[in-house]
Amino acid sequence: MRQFDRRLLYHFDWFLLAIVFSLVCLGICTQYSASYGLGSASSGIVVRQFSWALVGLGGMLVAVSFDYHYLERHAYLVYALCVLSLVGVAEFGSVAGGARRWISFAGFSLQPSEFMKLGLVVVLAHYWSRARSLGRSTLLDFLIPALLFAPAGALIVAQPDLGTVVTLAIVLVSVALFAGLRIKDFAKLAIAAAAAIPFLWAYLEPYQKERVTVFFNPEMDPLGAGYHIIQSKIAIGSGTVFGKGFLKGTQSQLHFLPEQHTDFIFSVFAEEWGFVGALALLSLYAALIGRGLVIAMRAKDRFGSLLAFGVLSIIFWQTVINVGMALGALPVVGITLPFFSYGGSSLTVMMIGAGLLISVSTRRFTF
Amino acid sequence: MSNGSLHVRQREVPPELVRRATRCALFVVAVFGLLILRLAYLQISLGDYYRSLSENNRVRIESLRPIRGVIVDRAGEILVDNRPSFDLVVVPEDAADLTVTLANLSHFLGESGENGIAKALGAGSIRRPFEAVTLKRGVDWRTVVAVESHRIDLPGVSLRVGPQRRYRYKQFASPLLGYVGEISRAELEQSDGYRMGDLIGKAGIERALEDYLRGRSGGRQVEVDAFGRQLRVLSEVPPIAGDTVVLAIDADLQRAAEHALGEHEGAVVVMDVNTGEVLAMASKPGFDPNWFAKGITREQWSELVRSPLRPLNNRAVLGAYPPGSTFKVVMAAAALEERVIGPQTEFFCGGGLWVGTRRFRCWRAGGHGRVNVTRALIESCDVFFYEVGQRLGVDRIAEYAHRLGLGRKTGIDLPAEKPGLIPTTRWKRKRFGQPWFPGETISVAIGQGYVSVTPLQMAQLTAAIANGGRLLRPKLVKRVETVDGRVVWEPGDTEAKDVGLSSRNLNLIREAMLGVVNTPRGTGQAARLDTLAQKQEIEVAGKTGTAQASAAGGGRGSQRDWKRELRDHAWFVAFAPFRQPRVAIAVLVEHAGEHGGRVAAPIAREVLARYFFRAGADEAALGTAQARGRLSRR
Repeated sequence: MRQFDRRLLYHFDWFLLAIVFSLVCLGICTQYSASYGLGSASSGIVVRQFSWALVGLGGMLVAVSFDYHYLERHAYLVYALCVLSLVGVAEFGSVAGGARRWISFAGFSLQPSEFMKLGLVVVLAHYWSRARSLGRSTLLDFLIPALLFAPAGALIVAQPDLGTVVTLAIVLVSVALFAGLRIKDFAKLAIAAAAAIPFLWAYLEPYQKERVTVFFNPEMDPLGAGYHIIQSKIAIGSGTVFGKGFLKGTQSQLHFLPEQHTDFIFSVFAEEWGFVGALALLSLYAALIGRGLVIAMRAKDRFGSLLAFGVLSIIFWQTVINVGMALGALPVVGITLPFFSYGGSSLTVMMIGAGLLISVSTRRFTF
Repeated sequence: MSNGSLHVRQREVPPELVRRATRCALFVVAVFGLLILRLAYLQISLGDYYRSLSENNRVRIESLRPIRGVIVDRAGEILVDNRPSFDLVVVPEDAADLTVTLANLSHFLGESGENGIAKALGAGSIRRPFEAVTLKRGVDWRTVVAVESHRIDLPGVSLRVGPQRRYRYKQFASPLLGYVGEISRAELEQSDGYRMGDLIGKAGIERALEDYLRGRSGGRQVEVDAFGRQLRVLSEVPPIAGDTVVLAIDADLQRAAEHALGEHEGAVVVMDVNTGEVLAMASKPGFDPNWFAKGITREQWSELVRSPLRPLNNRAVLGAYPPGSTFKVVMAAAALEERVIGPQTEFFCGGGLWVGTRRFRCWRAGGHGRVNVTRALIESCDVFFYEVGQRLGVDRIAEYAHRLGLGRKTGIDLPAEKPGLIPTTRWKRKRFGQPWFPGETISVAIGQGYVSVTPLQMAQLTAAIANGGRLLRPKLVKRVETVDGRVVWEPGDTEAKDVGLSSRNLNLIREAMLGVVNTPRGTGQAARLDTLAQKQEIEVAGKTGTAQASAAGGGRGSQRDWKRELRDHAWFVAFAPFRQPRVAIAVLVEHAGEHGGRVAAPIAREVLARYFFRAGADEAALGTAQARGRLSRR
């Protein structure tokens, strides 16, 4: 056993850990700046995010030290627990901002849809690691995981949290392609899905249709989403090359930006650190994802490979969607920037995910 | 288990996996490249532009208020619409010194304007920065000219054109239509999609159909200069006008009802006995809802709220009154159906009845002699119903009252409604912890004591008697349609509940009600329509009621000399034509101090005359002088 530990330490992925730590620290600094001038609320946000980072660190250590093959054995249990927690939200969840997404207890509130992301990745990795060998996957191998995803997706749509469902669906497709779903088959599926949309559309209530329309066309709602986009673009653009400097971002200081320490945290950062800073930040994410790809490629077994790829595709897509939204290039959805945005559940889940990556990376030599 | 070495040979990576990972890497590079290009475009190419925008926070958002839906009567006559008006707004951040600006402004607005400013700014704490605060809606032309010509002294102040609610006939139907006002903080927290300063329906139809009437706000992003003046519009979404509400109300009949009530306080409800449509719902006194649309002053508001006559209250649904003798219809139905009496059962009325140690009087001191149920209804004999009430007991009375729709809300499309009260022994035990006393049943038997009903309930009950026992859910709205005429809401089929009375008993009650209006000893002869110079003969059937408002009364002598709130209420309920009923009517005159037959019946007559003889109606013949000549009681 002792040797086992030594070997873990020897092969520990310090590079990945360093990137994650820098992202979390930069995130907390930016949150401090975003809420600067709010008085005690500001320090409250920083203290809370720091505490969550410690919780996340704990989760990360657990993920690293446990052999990820436990997850493989209990994949369906993990997934069932995640679905159950979503049912819990639907039954007992607390409402904020018109959506029922949180479970509150003892002053904390958790967002089970965040944990669902990992649950989905685990069950997908489990299923496809047992499917026929790479390159031979058929449509059926895709449909069963898609059906597994359906109840979770429906529960999250009902919250409603369209952004998370879209992310999960993209992750599902990404992992499927990596597991061996052929582009040709995927194209067939995509065409079939597109054909089904008009029928599904007919079933929606008018208010649901409206929500979806605004989701894809925020200009329709110039007081809400459209307003957020232009303010975000002004914040980012006004940062120019070198930025306004830490704590000097006027757009964010005057609280023009909505959700500025969660969904629009990138705008705050880009305003204060300019193009140079934003480029550096994106490079950190690129390095993290590149490292993740290497881990997925070199993993000891197929489950580890798919697990690592799943986690990194969550990180990749959330980063792209969040930054794209802040840049006014993608629809405004409530998606956090991994490791960076304010939010306990999101941070904890991302750090556990990073722990899983490290775990897969570290165990690539052990038998 | 372990082989002792830290270095273990790495697994061979399958070439397929390498290929996929490479593809993924290329994809990631491409996507990040696009993000970086976009970033460079915003921060480097457009950087200076956005920097200048951010320096003065030059992009503002203006909400464009939608035009509120129009309210029309069943024939399409417009009752409520909108007219353009000027609103005075201020962007506090643009005013160099807000107190100076506001001091200058108060010269043009006068004292009341100053209050408005303080109120508007106090409420503005949750607005977005640089969002305009409305100081005063619908300012007059003098103010518009004054503000426009003094703009240099009023930095941050500007005028915007917006729609203002217009109630075309002022007081007409006002308690029914309701009014609009600025959204309160509590309403803001409860409802979705509103913003500070939005107008919202506060009462009546305006409130009940708020979701249809409100329309949808549009918005506009504008770029302004350093003085807050608009340079150009960046994007705009036009507001969507609210839907048109078509009421079941017949404006002509409503006018007739309000005219007939005259200076009395009270209510008139006219209902179609086949569909449940409410054709008129008058409540007096009313108020002018335009006061609210223009921004009500403190003086106007306190005048409305402090008035003991409560003009804001729609008496047809919010006034619960003892029904008096109109309740005898319920008593007769219960007694016949429970076979406590037969059609020919007679009781002797000697002008009063001893119950225990107390003597309950009949309104006719000399008594009615031997009466059966038909005569008891026609002449409104109290003693007969005392006897019946004692035999039924309060709980059986309550059951029939409930079946006929009393003691609970009718479910009409209005935001507030009183259920009234029908007492039971259980209710009394729960409410007072006391048993029911037999003497109390005596009061209930003539619609006094704890019993209370709304005029709408009485109209509904009368309609049920008229249409063969179907209790209809009253309908106030015929349909809701978009501005371009597409119907978005329509009431479903007529909702009716069977009251469970045999047609034989219903016929007997109807015949008796015909007698009330059309026999020499009937108490409701003032409602006869055949006394008019008309060829058509419309037979009216009804029941009078005079309800004591206070047990003690106001002393001796004529009630005209009593204090207002001690005087009796006058009731009259009726349906017509007798053979093929079309409408039911309930009239209540609050604290009339007179008998129902004398005050309320002529009002019903005037309204029914308008309903049946509207085209070319002889106005002179509609005068009530002739009817008043035929004195009748109760």
